[in-house]
Amino acid sequence: MDFRWELVAEYGPFFLKGTLLTIGLSLASILIGGILGLFIGLGKMTKRKLVALPFQWYINFFRGTPLMVQILLVHFGVVPLFMGTTNAIIAAIMALSLNSAAYIAEIFRAGIQSIDKGQTEAARSLGMTRGQAMRYVILPQAFKRMIPPLGNEFVVLIKDSSLAALVAAPELMYWGRAMQGQYMRAWEPYLTAAAIYLVLTLSLSFLLTRLERRLATE
Amino acid sequence: MIEVRQLKKSFGHNEVLKEINVMVQPQEVVVVIGPSGSGKSTFLRCINMLETITAGHVLIEGIDITDTKTNINQVRTEVGMVFQQFNLFPHKTVIENIMLAPMKVRRVPAKEAREKGMTLLRKVGLENKAEVYPDSLSGGQKQRVAIARALAMEPKIMLFDEPTSALDPEMVGEVLEVMKQLAKEGMTMVVVTHEMGFAREVGDRVLFMDGGVIVEEGSPKELFENPKEERTKAFLSKVL
Repeated sequence: MDFRWELVAEYGPFFLKGTLLTIGLSLASILIGGILGLFIGLGKMTKRKLVALPFQWYINFFRGTPLMVQILLVHFGVVPLFMGTTNAIIAAIMALSLNSAAYIAEIFRAGIQSIDKGQTEAARSLGMTRGQAMRYVILPQAFKRMIPPLGNEFVVLIKDSSLAALVAAPELMYWGRAMQGQYMRAWEPYLTAAAIYLVLTLSLSFLLTRLERRLATE
Repeated sequence: MIEVRQLKKSFGHNEVLKEINVMVQPQEVVVVIGPSGSGKSTFLRCINMLETITAGHVLIEGIDITDTKTNINQVRTEVGMVFQQFNLFPHKTVIENIMLAPMKVRRVPAKEAREKGMTLLRKVGLENKAEVYPDSLSGGQKQRVAIARALAMEPKIMLFDEPTSALDPEMVGEVLEVMKQLAKEGMTMVVVTHEMGFAREVGDRVLFMDGGVIVEEGSPKELFENPKEERTKAFLSKVL
């Protein structure tokens, strides 16, 4: 197998552009999906069954159907519906956010429910409202426990953002496929893309481990 | 100060409290004793609505907390509670545990809350532990911090739910000492406990509960030395 480094070098600027967009897509989706996920998780936890039901089905739908289908639906259906025309980057961010929100919602719910009931009772017995107890007592503790599963979810999200290539969002995988199309070669584009994804996911894991250690109370 | 009228509490079909009537006077220390499962903890938790009340009324300083119009958070600032399992906030240092509620609920400035917190820590003998996390404290120290945390809201009533039951025997004394001090200062207290010595020494009145009712009540002297009911006698013969 001969590996043609000069082709990789030639595509370097495109890979760089693609990597930046991959990071951008992932960050935007983590942020939007995180906020959305918190509300969906809280919604699913409400005691009233009828209120919780739509949130439950949101999670069922986005976890139970392929992300690829969701991206195509958003790109060719949802975005044109609101904007008249479609936009690959917006569609990718939207689909990834909606999808990750479902998983993040479950992570939030599990995290919050893992905190002992006595914590809420102590906070409420001091006169705090439900919201204050959640904000100052439950969430900070739950958040610490949620870091490892959230880290997993973010790693998955970075990798899944490669599916945005399907709708021609010019992220990393898009340029990998373009390179393959231009030179009819497999190893150079895909090994390069794989290496870059690996650097991204490993850096993220490293950062999360550091964060986890900093939040330790002992 | 506290008036409990015909209080009933059920969990599903299981009736845990069957018509409880109690009056607690200002500065009175009422001790609740009884076998486990008698409903004494549930009774205590109904006083600040940590349990929803199935029927009846609970009045705190004349305010009916079972009334849906009552702001329960407001009432709870006047009613401190100490739990068997301490329930300190593990992500906050000792002093932060104490400062949190005054700052967020009463809007006390941080500096003032800290000074007040340090005064309370001195009172429970733990001013040197202000900056550590609860995980590094012993059980007795944790419970003393929990008492200081409740006192920081300057409550008029303190509820104690088996405050020494989760402690190693050698640590029970230091917690009871703080509670005795509090009683001496005139705090109105309702204490659920298995510490008969404490009940006898500090209690103004003792309630004996069994099967969801108050079987007998009286001064510690009457109740311990001259119990009238068979169930009280049977219980006391086991624990004394």
